[in-house]
Amino acid sequence: MAEEGQTKTMLEIRSLRATAGGKEILKGIDLIVRAGEVHAIMGPNGSGKSTLAHVLAGRETFEVTGGQVIYEGRDLLAMPPEERAREGIFLAFQYPVEIPGVSNMYLLKAALNAMRKHRGLPELDAIEFLALVREKMKLVEMDEALLNRSVNEGFSGGEKKRNEIFQMAVLGPRLAILDETDSGLDIDALKIVARGVNSLRSPERAMLVITHYQRLLDYIVPGTVHVLHNGRIVRTGGKELALELEAKGYAGVEESVRGSRRAALPS
Amino acid sequence: MPAIFEDRKPYLDAFARFAREQPGNGRAWAGVLRREAIERFEQLGFPTQKDEAWRCTSVAPLIRIPFALAEGGRTEGLTAEVLERLTFEPWECSHLVFVNGRFAPSLSRVRRPPAGVKVKSLETALRQDRDRLEPILRRTAPTQAPAFAALNAAFLRDGAFVDIPPGTVLEEPIHLLFVSTAENGPTVSHPRTVALIGDRSRVTIVESHVGIRDDVYFTNAATTIVAGAGAIVDHTKLQRESVEAFHVANLDVEIGRDARFASHSIALGGHLVRNDVAVTLAAEGGDCVLNGLYVTSGRQHVDNHTLIDHAKPHGTSRELYKGVLDEASRGVFDGVIIVRPDAQKSDARQENRNLLISEEALVDSKPTLLINNDDVKCSHAATIGQLDEEALFYLRSRGMGEETARSLLIHAFVSDIVSRIAVSPLRAGLECLLFIRLPKHHPVRA
Repeated sequence: MAEEGQTKTMLEIRSLRATAGGKEILKGIDLIVRAGEVHAIMGPNGSGKSTLAHVLAGRETFEVTGGQVIYEGRDLLAMPPEERAREGIFLAFQYPVEIPGVSNMYLLKAALNAMRKHRGLPELDAIEFLALVREKMKLVEMDEALLNRSVNEGFSGGEKKRNEIFQMAVLGPRLAILDETDSGLDIDALKIVARGVNSLRSPERAMLVITHYQRLLDYIVPGTVHVLHNGRIVRTGGKELALELEAKGYAGVEESVRGSRRAALPS
Repeated sequence: MPAIFEDRKPYLDAFARFAREQPGNGRAWAGVLRREAIERFEQLGFPTQKDEAWRCTSVAPLIRIPFALAEGGRTEGLTAEVLERLTFEPWECSHLVFVNGRFAPSLSRVRRPPAGVKVKSLETALRQDRDRLEPILRRTAPTQAPAFAALNAAFLRDGAFVDIPPGTVLEEPIHLLFVSTAENGPTVSHPRTVALIGDRSRVTIVESHVGIRDDVYFTNAATTIVAGAGAIVDHTKLQRESVEAFHVANLDVEIGRDARFASHSIALGGHLVRNDVAVTLAAEGGDCVLNGLYVTSGRQHVDNHTLIDHAKPHGTSRELYKGVLDEASRGVFDGVIIVRPDAQKSDARQENRNLLISEEALVDSKPTLLINNDDVKCSHAATIGQLDEEALFYLRSRGMGEETARSLLIHAFVSDIVSRIAVSPLRAGLECLLFIRLPKHHPVRA
């Protein structure tokens, strides 16, 4: 019997399998995320971290070959990407694409109003929107001049990542998936981004922080750490697991995975 | 007459009638030019796809249609108000209107130009400005012209004449509006425009070609622009012919020492369209910008051939042509850059970018660099592709619907060409036109 006040499950991934270019990358992912939680997903290159992020966001280049994803009681895999976004899923890209000819301002306003319309809320006019945007820009120390530039065009790596978090701040998602937000950032940029992310924590919001390196997790401290290896989550633990990974490396984890498999074989 | 000459006969017959009707008295010189031109056309005939320059474009559909030489002098029920709507007027400018290639004074508005500036119909200029016109008409030698230019020269009658003395800055654009209608059967017109811009002068010229309905007609246009030393010339050609019309146009430009020339060619209409642009950087330090946009759908065929000749040192050219091709339409881009042996320090850059919206759309893109000097910077780039899937996904991942995202990306693709048009009402009008013309855009109130 559930306790009073126990948070409902926001995201449940069951035996998710996915391929890209005919090759199976996700080989059965199981994961439960509740509102207010911050989960870190760590793994070596090729483990499927980005694939998981993109499959959740609805990128059609990945084909789901098995399993289910239930988001707030609904079948996520049946929704097109724009619907997932309007339902509150936000993916902060590892390599945000440049879109010449489309301004940051235009995109954000269109996105926000699409979401508001979807939820039966009135759309914001230009003045209201600008006020909102100015407030959120402070969270990631973004320069107002970048607003009128084309999406990510000519942005440095750090500016692109901050732009992702800025968009997240404006759109206010329920589930934020941060795909290697730390990649390519120096320590100062990392701190700014982490500060922005932390300021967006809330009991109504859940985050999946995908990262290769433990360092980010010193700044965005997760409640749970999962280790992704060869398309499966092979270990789950608290934030100390990240430190263990740092000490032993992914090879160390592989060893223990193999070890536990051998132990599980019937003798 | 052998069968292969059948394509020429209607035009030769029409010429015979036309020549008889032309006024003598002092204009025999023009008659001589016309005769040389028709002889040239007779000798050449229409191009076939065996001609390299016409490899990708067949004129068979054009040859099949019995175009009658358009009569002028009628305004065909057009009013200034109708035209205003068609051309995003009113602007602050001089406004010469031609109906089926003939000047229509009642629809035009020529504001009093600064001293020494002539803006008039070519027909008038043939009478009044032989000294200025004859050298130009001779230079684009009828005896060596290609077929369509020869035909245009043979039927020389009317068009626009702009003559600007040195040191004159025209603040307002000159708008040349060529309207075509052919309610009673297919017609052909051969408008000829000559613009002579004196040393250190500045002008903006807009050439619009518009069809009122979906009539079948053929516009065979030729325009010559000469920019004197230090002159600055901005030329926009907005082509919105009927979807059943044929449009063949020659633009021939000579750029003087340290002069700057920019041309924006926007092709939206027409069933079969062929533009030939030839620019010569005829003296040191010339600067040429060629921008082009072609938006095609249905079974339209739009062929843009350009030639930039760096004949002298220190010339700069920048060329950017973009195409958006939908349904079963076809585009052709053939851009030649020549750098002559003496033209050191030439700096040329050419880009052709094509966006294919449908599976059936086709485009042929061929850049050619003929470089005969080592001390130059020349580059070219051509792309043919579809919408960037990554960009599309990015927009959708932010909640934008797929169709809206697609049209936003298409608009973004054309936006840099549109933004280069300096005449504000024209640019704004073009943005509206594209809004309607480009694949469905659902307005996102942003």
